Amino acid sequence: MENDKLVIAGHEFSSRFILGSGKYSLSLIEAAVKYAGAEIITCAVRRANTKEHENILDFIPKGVTLLPNTSGARNADEAVRIARLARELGCGDFVKVEIMRDTKYLLPDNAETIRATEILAKEGFIVMPYMYPDLNTARDLVNAGAATVMPLASPIGSNKGLATRDFIQILIDEIDLPIIVDAGIGRPSQACEAMEMGAAAVMSNTALATAGDLPTMAEAFRKAVEAGRQAYLSGLGRVLVRGASPSDTLTGFLRD
Amino acid sequence: MENQFLIDSDELTPAALEKKHRLENDPSSRTDHMKYMEGQQVIRSDIREKVMSAVESYDPSAYKANDVMRALQKQSLSVEDLKALLSPAAEPFLEQMAERARIETRKHFGNTVYLFTPLYIANYCENYCVYCGFNCYNKIRRMKLNMEQIEHEMKVIADSGMEEILILTGESKTMSDINYIGEACKLARKYFRMVGIEIYPVNVEDYKYLHECGVDYVTVFQETYDTEKYETLHLMGHKRVWPYRFDAQERALMGGMRGVAGSALLGLSDFRKDALASALHMYYLQRKYPHAEISLSCPRLRPIINNGRINPRDVGEKQLCQILCAYRIFLPFAGITVSSRESKTFRDGIVKIAATKISAGVSTGIGDHESKYTGKENPEEGDEQFEISDARSFKQMYSDMSDEGLQPVLNDYLYV
Repeated sequence: MENDKLVIAGHEFSSRFILGSGKYSLSLIEAAVKYAGAEIITCAVRRANTKEHENILDFIPKGVTLLPNTSGARNADEAVRIARLARELGCGDFVKVEIMRDTKYLLPDNAETIRATEILAKEGFIVMPYMYPDLNTARDLVNAGAATVMPLASPIGSNKGLATRDFIQILIDEIDLPIIVDAGIGRPSQACEAMEMGAAAVMSNTALATAGDLPTMAEAFRKAVEAGRQAYLSGLGRVLVRGASPSDTLTGFLRD
Repeated sequence: MENQFLIDSDELTPAALEKKHRLENDPSSRTDHMKYMEGQQVIRSDIREKVMSAVESYDPSAYKANDVMRALQKQSLSVEDLKALLSPAAEPFLEQMAERARIETRKHFGNTVYLFTPLYIANYCENYCVYCGFNCYNKIRRMKLNMEQIEHEMKVIADSGMEEILILTGESKTMSDINYIGEACKLARKYFRMVGIEIYPVNVEDYKYLHECGVDYVTVFQETYDTEKYETLHLMGHKRVWPYRFDAQERALMGGMRGVAGSALLGLSDFRKDALASALHMYYLQRKYPHAEISLSCPRLRPIINNGRINPRDVGEKQLCQILCAYRIFLPFAGITVSSRESKTFRDGIVKIAATKISAGVSTGIGDHESKYTGKENPEEGDEQFEISDARSFKQMYSDMSDEGLQPVLNDYLYV
């Protein structure tokens, strides 16, 4: 486990839990990062687009990698402009591309996401696109220069867990980039399950923000993500579909 | 007489008084409120029919406790469920509704609360809306700020820390034409991160122009969706045309605006039907324009000039809370704004349940922010549209909201 690192575009991280920041008090960010053991925290560029009064950027602890997101973008061009602004604001080269043209479910627009990823990757950004788990899109994102692929588990904020489980599994099996499960993870057990499946990391915001005690829940998530990762690395035991092993095997008739 | 709003100013000429009385007493002297006036753009839209057919068939008394319980157990609510939640049968379930609403609000908005302030730049009006303090027959001090005065007001507001502004005018196309408003919005972009407008409805081209001037959010209040009642309240002026007003948000979206807001002025007519119409209006807009951000407000009638003689249908705080919870449960993703017409206690409570945005440092007068913010007297001020209840300053509101465990957000916006 000690040498088990999450590697994103050559950058190494020990933690596989990415934290959101937009739905709880700024004063809790530091505790959330600490208890979650997070090394990456996302932040909406549009939220950071404020004057001196309590800018969210001032609340991000030092040493934590900032992952600005392009939420609010409705197409690739807007996402590209927001990413460039993030760079100007000193947010670094990481960017999480989020493109939604649906205000109800906030589902990502895969086609525009591919387009934005291609443009931003060429400009030297480390692009982490938020997407609907579709294998063809994921392959296109790889070709467009994405650093990771971030499929949604269920709609943002829904806390509904791994509604897209089987499709995420396909991405994990077929795509060589880190698959980071993003959006909809509502409880530590779901984060654990995503990690058991072989996800490279999990990202969560609402689940923590809506918890009774945020730091405690952050810690619970940290443990769940670690447990899931450990289970994945150790190799999950077999699951017997039909109960106990039959003594008469199906292939017992074979003679050589 | 059907309503109690009608007041005669002692400054009206005999001819004006005669016309006013004729409009009030002789319906045949009034224009057809369903017919567009010259220059008012007609768009092809099915939203009005969808909303109004649901409203017309709505009988609030037909819903029972079972309908309410069923609605509250659903993950995603139908229009029928919304009708149940707005009915009198839901009143005993207010606490359960509040609990569900709170969960939805937290899921979609976390513990954030957005702050903004309105800026009235002119109070001239060409409409005769009998309940409004700005109406053209009311004797009030009229004023229109020039660009220098507007900039001064904006500086005062921006210095207080506010980053989002809502620019308002009375409804006078001659005194506050679209270029005047556009110039004011360009100035606003210099001082604020987010600019919204609440002005008279305009055509798509004009919304497009205002969007280019920096506006990204348009609020239009329908006042009432009860067309017959509307006719008796809006006796003269372009506002009399009910369908043109109804289509305003859609025209704004067609003009490129990012988001729109609306509501009835609850209390003018049957508030349950008006609340249903308000929610469905925004619901069908978002279905047709999925990228659009939608937001609901919840104004109730509040005292205006000549208050003593007004007696609207009452919407109590419990009813208002029920409406806002129903909005939230039906439209979990919608913004909900609660204005300073409501008391501090109500606003402090409702932001924890359903509301996502509140105003602070509010004045509904013209050119009086400096005197209100700093106490420096200004003899040149226009009268207010209505009295507010929650007069908290930006700073006070920011610290009160933080004390309530909420995270005030001053801007969540990028012009892209």
